[in-house]
Amino acid sequence: MASETLYIQHFNEEARPLAYYLAKMNGYTAVKKALAMQPDDITNEVKKSNLRGRGGAGFPTGMKWGFIPKQSAKPKYVVCNADESEPGTFKDRDIMRYTPHLLLEGMVIAGYAIGSNIGYIYIRGEYTREAKILDAAIEEAYAKGYLGKNILGTGFNFDITVHRGAGAYICGEETGLLNSLEGKRGEPRVKPPFPAIAGAFGGPTVVNNVETLTNVPFIINRGGEWFAKLGKLEKSGGTRLISLSGHVKKPGVYEVDAGSITIRQLIYDYGGGILGDKKLKAVIPGGSSAPVLTADEIDAVYDIEPLMKIGTMMGSAAVMVVSEDYCVVKLLQRITKFYAHESCGQCTPCREGCKWMEDVIERIEHGHGREQDLPLLLEIADNINGKTLCALGDAAAGPVISFVKKFRADFEAHIRGGKCPNA
Amino acid sequence: MSKLLSQKYYDGLKKLEPRYPTKVALLLPALHLAQEETYWLPPEILEEIGASLGIHPAQVREVASFYTMYNLKPVGKYHLKICTNVACCLRGADELVEHCEKKWDIKCGETTKDKKFTLSEEECLGACGTAPAMMLNDGYCENLDIKKLDQLLDTLK
Repeated sequence: MASETLYIQHFNEEARPLAYYLAKMNGYTAVKKALAMQPDDITNEVKKSNLRGRGGAGFPTGMKWGFIPKQSAKPKYVVCNADESEPGTFKDRDIMRYTPHLLLEGMVIAGYAIGSNIGYIYIRGEYTREAKILDAAIEEAYAKGYLGKNILGTGFNFDITVHRGAGAYICGEETGLLNSLEGKRGEPRVKPPFPAIAGAFGGPTVVNNVETLTNVPFIINRGGEWFAKLGKLEKSGGTRLISLSGHVKKPGVYEVDAGSITIRQLIYDYGGGILGDKKLKAVIPGGSSAPVLTADEIDAVYDIEPLMKIGTMMGSAAVMVVSEDYCVVKLLQRITKFYAHESCGQCTPCREGCKWMEDVIERIEHGHGREQDLPLLLEIADNINGKTLCALGDAAAGPVISFVKKFRADFEAHIRGGKCPNA
Repeated sequence: MSKLLSQKYYDGLKKLEPRYPTKVALLLPALHLAQEETYWLPPEILEEIGASLGIHPAQVREVASFYTMYNLKPVGKYHLKICTNVACCLRGADELVEHCEKKWDIKCGETTKDKKFTLSEEECLGACGTAPAMMLNDGYCENLDIKKLDQLLDTLK
């Protein structure tokens, strides 16, 4: 249980206007406090908070900010990653449509901390409505002096622009995102240089997820130590917004203290159990690229390290639940089709391998699989894993390896029976 | 060359220009602005976008073709983009697609003969908690089932 929730009590339409944000959420008090602090002290406070990136990688936010050089000939940038493209994830959408000012305030503070005056919110193109909500909030903030020149009379300037993507999973990868922001194809870049040194338009850039940035005003107002203590595990501070979907009775966004519950509690206590009171077959615990878990593995604590320990990942905290009567081969076929479609095509192992895996799984699902297809799948996955510029290749390989290993009997039943047993 | 895009497009670009350090960064917003007017992006529109940003039309096409939301082929008056990714599939998205294919006797990616409906499969829309979901033109429709979908389609004239 969350001892205190920061977000979900505000997840309704009423919370959207600036007036609500000021009255009910201590709106723009953190930025006022922050602008009176030394920039380094803000970064230190964020370091103390144990805030880790909420987009998927879980990288410590304060450390990321610390990589930005103090002096730079080129302008520095704060870029909010609002691409929310990992299948299963929908928490950032709620943050943006219900509490847009929280994001703006977080970005201004981040800008001040790293010495940047320019922010972009890169939002996925499909979120048309959310982009309009952000635009309206930005307009409100400019009108009241929370954005623009000489914010709150401090002499600090900060501008925010909403930049819409146009349908490409890979633009959630930070360097693909930056290329897309620059008006190019969203192909990931060779690293180094990392965005902290040469990011948007060649300038030092911090790229942070929506939820990550919206945690910042809370941290500034109430202190890094307080935030760190919300988390129940040593390294993870704060609360976590979890996107729960699939075969549960109550799908939706839930907020828990980081590391305070198990996957079982999430599914049965928060999600109300499996639809139709069926048995649980599988859980995809961190967006579709996270290796799958079986029903026997759900007593793991839902946080970064405990999930790593059992060979999967928390990713963007998107949990997809699968009941006993859904075919796992069909499910993997769908996942692999996605990665084959979304591979940007730069790296051969990913471009060729994802499509090849999709073809092989498709023939298994349709009853044309061969005995040697299972070792073949593992071999292709192994030839992609770790051999590509960005994490999309690994994201495609992980599910294939884990599904084949953990649900081998289901795959074999398809191959031997010549059809999908569920069809 | 007479202009095909309206003054609104050019005003939109002008407003955004000071927001970016380079002109080419306006390409995605420009494509969005243009598509709002023309629904799809034929070669002559790509050419005009290129001219308005001072870049070659091939560069416009190179970028536009990377992203699924830019229609490089004509689409119907109503464009249904049904999410068939994991969470929506678990909640019956396949049946929605099949239903539309049968109803209109077209395949995914095609447009009905009367140019009224285009049916597409979409990757995750970020509406997994309210699955199955789809986009109807620019808007979201969530918590769908066949009955709800039919009711919705009946309202589209």
